[in-house]
Amino acid sequence: MMEVDVIRTENLTKKFGNFIAANELTFNVKKGEIFGFLGANGAGKTTAMRMLCGLLEPSSGKGMVAGYDIYTQRDDIKKNIGYMSQKFSLYDDLTVRENIRFYGGIYGLSRKEIAAKTAELLTELQLEKEAKVLVSQLPLGWKQKLAFSIAIVHDPQIVFLDEPTGGVDPVTRRQFWDLIYHASARGVTIFVTTHYMDEAEYCNRVSIMVDGVIAALDSPANLKLKYGANNMDEVFYQLARNATRGE
Amino acid sequence: MKKQNRSQLLTFIKKEFMHVFRDRKTLLMLFGLPIAQIILFGFALSNEIKNSKIIIIDYSNDITTKQLIEKIDASKYFDIDTRIESADGIEAEFKKGIAKMAIIFPPNFADNLQHTGKADIQVITDGSDPNVATAITTYISIIVNDYNAAYNHTSSLPLQINAEMRMMYNPELRGAPTFVPGVMALILMLVCTMMTSAAIVKEKELGTMEILLVSPFDPVSIIISKLTPYLLISILNLLIILFLSVTLLELEIKGNIFLLIFESILFILTSLSIGLLISVNATTQKGAMMTSLMSMMLPTMLLTGFMFPIENMPWPMQVFSNLVPSRWYFITIKNVMLKGLGFSSVWKETLILISMCVLLFSISLRKFKIRLE
Amino acid sequence: MITFSNIKKTYLKGTVLALDDVSLDINKGQLFGLIGPDGAGKTTLFRILTTLLLPDSGTAIVNGLDIITDYKKIRDSIGYMPGKFSLYQDLSVEENLHFFATIFNTTIEENYELIKDIYIQIEPFKNRRAGKLSGGMKQKLALCCALIHNPEILILDEPTTGVDAVSRKEFWEMLKRLKLKGLTILVSTPYMDEANLCDQIALIQNGKILSVDEPHKIVSNFDGKLYSVKSAKIFQLMTLLKSYPDLKSCFAFGDALHATFLETTNYEELAQNLLKKGFEDIEIKEITPSIEDCFIQLVNSNK
Repeated sequence: MMEVDVIRTENLTKKFGNFIAANELTFNVKKGEIFGFLGANGAGKTTAMRMLCGLLEPSSGKGMVAGYDIYTQRDDIKKNIGYMSQKFSLYDDLTVRENIRFYGGIYGLSRKEIAAKTAELLTELQLEKEAKVLVSQLPLGWKQKLAFSIAIVHDPQIVFLDEPTGGVDPVTRRQFWDLIYHASARGVTIFVTTHYMDEAEYCNRVSIMVDGVIAALDSPANLKLKYGANNMDEVFYQLARNATRGE
Repeated sequence: MKKQNRSQLLTFIKKEFMHVFRDRKTLLMLFGLPIAQIILFGFALSNEIKNSKIIIIDYSNDITTKQLIEKIDASKYFDIDTRIESADGIEAEFKKGIAKMAIIFPPNFADNLQHTGKADIQVITDGSDPNVATAITTYISIIVNDYNAAYNHTSSLPLQINAEMRMMYNPELRGAPTFVPGVMALILMLVCTMMTSAAIVKEKELGTMEILLVSPFDPVSIIISKLTPYLLISILNLLIILFLSVTLLELEIKGNIFLLIFESILFILTSLSIGLLISVNATTQKGAMMTSLMSMMLPTMLLTGFMFPIENMPWPMQVFSNLVPSRWYFITIKNVMLKGLGFSSVWKETLILISMCVLLFSISLRKFKIRLE
Repeated sequence: MITFSNIKKTYLKGTVLALDDVSLDINKGQLFGLIGPDGAGKTTLFRILTTLLLPDSGTAIVNGLDIITDYKKIRDSIGYMPGKFSLYQDLSVEENLHFFATIFNTTIEENYELIKDIYIQIEPFKNRRAGKLSGGMKQKLALCCALIHNPEILILDEPTTGVDAVSRKEFWEMLKRLKLKGLTILVSTPYMDEANLCDQIALIQNGKILSVDEPHKIVSNFDGKLYSVKSAKIFQLMTLLKSYPDLKSCFAFGDALHATFLETTNYEELAQNLLKKGFEDIEIKEITPSIEDCFIQLVNSNK
């Protein structure tokens, strides 16, 4: 695989008044990488993610996402990323098919492309029978899998996932990660936050934010070695224990 | 134990007041709304039409017509735009779009009046705006009638006086007197129903209702403490409205003020019961507000009688309007505030309101759930 | 202390089955965990227990009292923290606590001893509005409010959901200390790793109780032997293993795969095979199953 950076930041900072939500973040994410973005509540994850998605203008520092500048080319960034969160995902009062069609339309896919994508998605998720079912009637796990597939319906370079598996049962949670691996194998870069520390292990590299700064960034294996920990849970605990900042 | 209950109740009520006073949007709605409504309805939306331009054609030119014309010109409702010689010129004047009305005094006006006891005035209005036309025709009738009375003649001028009943209590057809009782009904209904239902449903949304229900604090006390702040705020609102009406709109409260307040509290309690009833079924604040708006605001505005006369509605609407509490309140307030009548004239309406209040409150009390579904 | 017998509960006129024939026994002084994903029926079960919902059928006894006929007495003896954060956001920390103390017929001073350890941590912010607290502090305040009337049973619905790992650990330590004071505590959680912190757990999925036992007993009841199969190329390893005929189950668990095989499987051979296929770093060893392994197995065997 070619080592291309799809996200690159340099001293990226966001201040709200006197409060430094994100302090000089410098990191890069490679194409096709599964990048875990961890941190305690209030560490600055959401702020950082919003800057990368082009939703929030940084106070200082540099940043490139999908080859575009996060200050001047925010519209281009939005076209090249996908986004999914635990809270916002799909329209409950639309059917599965309608949701796919709607998001396909938003990202400017042609009618033909949407039809092809819909068929492909329904087969992949084994939702053919449920195509005309309202999303509100699907179990949570299915909803989240569908939401993920829709977030990458326009073949974005990067997909941002904000706690995508919260509350999902263990079996479906793993099926969800299967989808992530498949997408990653196709070259989609995955930028994911999670509260499940075992999921941190599935990532190629993990960054841990504490009080607005990146306190650690490496592969799970190296992090465990470095902190003499048996699992990521312990690594996280060692780093986040001394956090002074709340939500 | 009793003392403890009282302190519990007080704490709860105090908490409700904190919610109200810490939310600027609610505060604005509670106290900004009545002021805005009074000003809007009292001034801007008044149905008074002042300084209408009129045309005079006086074929008679005698003392009587001169006096009449002076009187008309002196009133704040009319300004004489022009005098023309012949009625043939009226259309041309109307087409200019300035004058709304022409008054024609036939020849020998004073003579006729003196000898036959009868004299005719012809009034021609620009009917393209019927509301204006009707209103100014009525104004003219009043002025002529006044003059007629002063003339001290037994016979009257053959003018149609349509709205005698209304005019007795609102002789100049001013907007404020008809609107104030309507606005009072509307605001009290809005504040009580919408705010109460939203306040109760908010506890459901927050999940605090679950804790309140599992607490030893009994449901009736929950209801009482939820309603009390809005009762007090509504009474304050009522006083603000009355104060504004008297000072700003120069409205005179003719009847007994305590009777007025008593009737209003009765209406407030009825509205609070409706709010309670809505909150029992709603699960979101938005839903509660929408239900309150749809089920209460529209009927209050349309079927109370202050915007559209109920007598002119098709009979099903008339029957339905009997179910709208504000209809009875509106009659009561009109009788007490504008006509200065006593309790004996409104006992029927009072009784209806009391029955509605008791019925609604007991239904909502029964439906108020001690459980979640 | 708490007995559930054949409790059934449906919503929307019987179309949605929330609890399916649930029976449970919870002893006094236990820290009991109800563990399952969202939508499993945890909240429904707690709401029935707190007398906020009536079951369609079945009986439940709390402290010798029936949840339907004696609901008032039960409500006096429990402390309840509903799911989602539920305090008055526009009231300060102290005002919230004072309010809940008052409606539960008590004062902060009367039971201060019980909440002291927890309250001391948020006391510096007692004049701050609850809406402006951090997640961890909100949680502590909610716990104080649930404890303020010194209940015999404490029922906490997903207190750690959405809370970061550090705050979660702190929270469980608080619960352990409360247990020492003699409280019976019921906690629901979607996090399987919290199961080991409980005396007894019930695993729940789709309204059915899969198993009720002490955590270590649930682990020892795991059917067959569990192996951890490890390699850096974990995704490729999974794809390959899934085509292996001896494999019974295989799930990703952090940096390893957790797999069960037929009893006849020769693990030496398997390792050699994998080595030849290019997994030079292959590592296979038997491990003790986690609660999550057990949960997955129970879910699959119940299908």
